[in-house]
Amino acid sequence: MAELHHHDHTHGPDDHAPIAAHGPKPEYAVLERAVRELLIEKGVFAADDLRRQIDLTDSRNPSQGARLVARAWTDPAFKQRLLADAKKAAGEIGVDCSNAPDVVVLENTPKRHHLVVCTLCSCYPKAILGIPPAWYKSVEYRARAVKDPRGVLAEFGTTLPRGVEVRVVDSTADLRYLVLPMRPAGTEGWSEDRLAALVTRDSMIGVTTPVAPA
Amino acid sequence: MSAQQRFGPGDRVRVRLDWPETGPRRVHIRTPHYLRGRIGVVERLFGAFPNPEELAFGKPGLPEQPLYQVRFEQAPLWADGAAGTDTVVADIYEHWLEPVTEARHG
Repeated sequence: MAELHHHDHTHGPDDHAPIAAHGPKPEYAVLERAVRELLIEKGVFAADDLRRQIDLTDSRNPSQGARLVARAWTDPAFKQRLLADAKKAAGEIGVDCSNAPDVVVLENTPKRHHLVVCTLCSCYPKAILGIPPAWYKSVEYRARAVKDPRGVLAEFGTTLPRGVEVRVVDSTADLRYLVLPMRPAGTEGWSEDRLAALVTRDSMIGVTTPVAPA
Repeated sequence: MSAQQRFGPGDRVRVRLDWPETGPRRVHIRTPHYLRGRIGVVERLFGAFPNPEELAFGKPGLPEQPLYQVRFEQAPLWADGAAGTDTVVADIYEHWLEPVTEARHG
């Protein structure tokens, strides 16, 4: 499930090939281009509309979710608003997801830990967190999260006591789920910015929990 | 809310053991295979929404169907699993749920 690869090679004289066209595109890329060009030609949308939407999608990233979590940790009234209507609460901090599917925030407690999956496809709160990681969309994660949640958590380095309920949340309808992790101990008096830095994307999916540095 | 709600939080429900995918028509079903025929407990009601099984084919999906979050014990969903603390919840439309009546004793 590694996303990173490291460049261990040194740069010799021939390592940088001249710029050349990419090889044959996969058929879906060809299909996408054909449909896109046809829709633009027929005036369904303009090329600029598409570019703006791509920019909007790219601008969404886990730091938006982290800010929601950090504010919920420091402001109990905001937390209640976040749990009642996540999209509206996101609007309060300048995250506009009004056109997106509804988002429901799941609060972790000492007795219950949430793990989000979409076994049917790969539903994910993109309007707040941006695009999901490749492992979240994998057949392996989608199958194993409901069958062996603690095994999946262990692979992410997360172990929970037996007495804690691991609740796997399968996003089968049009609701998107985002986990509100528990605030780590040792963070008393921290600013929202400092707290937000502790909140990773993975902790808002539920495969990890935030940890305050020792 | 336009639809009447048949179930409330705490109600025991069974997911219908039905397999429209094996029929003659093309279908779009959101109820996962691993939950069909299983008994769970209604956790909450989300309101009513157009039926996605019809929306997928360009139909309006009306009348709107109440959508429930239903909780299942996780381990017993799989062969030989004994109930522990862990659970799975899923969002299931009302037309896929049946009431479970408790057996009367004595």
